Amino acid sequence: MHKISFSRKALGIPYVIFLMLFVVAPLFVLIYYAFTNGSGQPTLQNLTGFFSDPNTLGTLFYSFGIAMTTTLVCLLLAYPTAYILATSKLKGQSVIIMLFIMPMWINFSLRITALKEILTWIEGNLAYYPFLNAVIGMTYDFLPFMILPIYTTISKLDGALLEAARDLGADELTAFLKVTLPLSVPGIISGVSMVFLPAMTNYVVLDMLYNSTYIMGSLIGSYFAAYNWHGGSMIALILLAIICLFTLLTRGAEDENPRGGALL
Amino acid sequence: MMRKKNKCISLIFAFCLMIGLVLSPFQAEAAGESNEKPKEIKLRVCNWEEYIDEGDWDEEETIDLDSGDIIGENSMVEDFEEWYYETYGIKVSVEYSTFGTNEDLYNMLTLGDVYDLICPSEYMVMKLMAEEQLVPLSDEFFNKSDENNYYINGVSPYIQSVFEKSKINGESWSKYMAGYMWGVTGIVYNPEIVSEEDASTWKILNNPDYYRQVTIKDNVRDSYFAAIGALHSEELMSEEFVNDPEYSRKLEELMNDTSEESIKEVQDYLQDVKNNAYSFETDSGKADMVTGKVVANYQWSGDAVYSMDQADEDDFTLAFAVPKESTNIYFDGWVMLKSGVDGDPYKQHAAEAFINFNSRPDNVIRNMYYIGYTSVISGGDDPRIFEYADWNFGAEDDEEDVTDYDISYFFTDDKESEDYIITAPTSQVRRQLFAQYPSSDVINRSSIMIYFDKEQNEAINQMWINVRCYNAHDIPIWAWGIAAAAVLMIVYAAVHKYMNKRN
Repeated sequence: MHKISFSRKALGIPYVIFLMLFVVAPLFVLIYYAFTNGSGQPTLQNLTGFFSDPNTLGTLFYSFGIAMTTTLVCLLLAYPTAYILATSKLKGQSVIIMLFIMPMWINFSLRITALKEILTWIEGNLAYYPFLNAVIGMTYDFLPFMILPIYTTISKLDGALLEAARDLGADELTAFLKVTLPLSVPGIISGVSMVFLPAMTNYVVLDMLYNSTYIMGSLIGSYFAAYNWHGGSMIALILLAIICLFTLLTRGAEDENPRGGALL
Repeated sequence: MMRKKNKCISLIFAFCLMIGLVLSPFQAEAAGESNEKPKEIKLRVCNWEEYIDEGDWDEEETIDLDSGDIIGENSMVEDFEEWYYETYGIKVSVEYSTFGTNEDLYNMLTLGDVYDLICPSEYMVMKLMAEEQLVPLSDEFFNKSDENNYYINGVSPYIQSVFEKSKINGESWSKYMAGYMWGVTGIVYNPEIVSEEDASTWKILNNPDYYRQVTIKDNVRDSYFAAIGALHSEELMSEEFVNDPEYSRKLEELMNDTSEESIKEVQDYLQDVKNNAYSFETDSGKADMVTGKVVANYQWSGDAVYSMDQADEDDFTLAFAVPKESTNIYFDGWVMLKSGVDGDPYKQHAAEAFINFNSRPDNVIRNMYYIGYTSVISGGDDPRIFEYADWNFGAEDDEEDVTDYDISYFFTDDKESEDYIITAPTSQVRRQLFAQYPSSDVINRSSIMIYFDKEQNEAINQMWINVRCYNAHDIPIWAWGIAAAAVLMIVYAAVHKYMNKRN
């Protein structure tokens, strides 16, 4: 017994080391830089500077705008798809799911380059629609992350619940609204958090699709390129705080009794 | 000057920073080396990506000059190691690494990366000089009687005079920097759509005739230069200004003006450009030009040559223009770092030999052929570099429409010399030849970028961020409405959930 418990603990050591070295320690470095100025003195200047500059605030807003639109579009596209896939009696379900995952096997920048050509062909000149392009690019990139969790949740639903609903006189729509939709909320939430957060920072998509406006990711990059590590670290930290807040807000929903009431 | 911006996400950067901090004590230990004659020298070189001949040429790529064939079989670095051992009897092993932008390189150095020899652009060299991070080149390096000193025996007299004239804190660039490649900035354009006249001014960047069809550099210094050129267009081209006896000094002053007022004007201008241009590009401009997505592209002359070559392969013609107001002449040069060389004479010798080897005319040609930029080496007594230019751009015997193109300013001190005239197809005067060796009138109106100190840099970087950010004052009311609704929804959901739990 003794031996076994020792070796099981030992298995975790590499991960703990990894975590300390590459997650915890950098975080401290980040915090150090965020709360000091160029000469190493502690300061809150970076924090107040962020919230008093219309440019950084505008960027935060713009990033939210892109991320929210992307998430919404992904949800609208993904939910029906996942629903149809999960509830259909098709034999080839797994093949179709594979089709949705397959793009993820191709290198990301290659995919965006291809998308660029297709969009140019459709729009004529990409630069006319920078916001739209950013949303299309991100949707293209993140859609599978929305489909998969929703598909998994719906396909695991207990069919007996739907039968019961019908026995009790609910029509298709009512059964969907009262049973399927509320029960798939955990899937939606996990999809939303997998799309929303990266969409705030993935500026490579914007760069490649010629949107010249900064989002949070590119803003951090520009601070580092200008040797202002302190300002850059602070923005990274603020982003981290936003992510934590978002996770805290959504985590509760997943804990909820799986049979429990609707979110709204 | 390949100031490519890396796609490296900043969070990854923070992560690298961490590794740097953890490892720096170990690296510091490795730096201290003794002065005894070493068995093997380790030379750490850091250069731009794809900025040196990597060898492996096809047989057909042989450059058959009158003075003999030139071909890159092995990489330049391997050839150097072999040459150094044969010439000086000491083994040297080169640890060759690359960087993406001057700023990346600077950050890498700050994080504790150690190199002996690096190749940044002139404004970064000036920064490093001002921070006293560099080791001066040795007297031996400038000794013309040593035939292995290919650099000093072959460097273009024009370039050397610029390096001697340009100073920072009273010291000439030439004391620390040996040039590698150089060029000017200009506009690559599609002559079927854009007239030469339109392309020959910085004002093309916000010319509404080319709405969303022109790209500009995603780089604050280059954009700043172009903006000043456009804003002061009339003044810069006026007779009075051009004929001023102190023209070059005044030009340099104006093009590098960072008064508060100038910065404000540039910001407004660049905001205008942002709303009119296709994009601020990092490395996509060349491809977009060749595929016809854009009709004009702000470009460094070396990359312009590349774009035109690519277009030629697709039977599609591009041309190069240098704005009449002024152009930025830029240099990438080799400098040795104190942190690396650390007083080790053997290491310094190897580093200087590396510069010399890359300045040997046949190697210069290999590098130029491989990367498309123009070397600062004119060859001195060795005719091969001019021969190579002629081999590249000279007209065939049966060509009818030809023009004599004089590039003696680059090859010789002798103002009367007529030995350096290329008889080229007339179109070349607006194309590759012009980009590779700009004409002397372009050189006359060129200005270097001078070193900006910390305050100036902070001011223009802030200006740049202001241009690129979405300003909160521009947020429309409906967007505020949506945002408020979203926040309310989230708060409602949270409260609702909380109440449910309590019950």
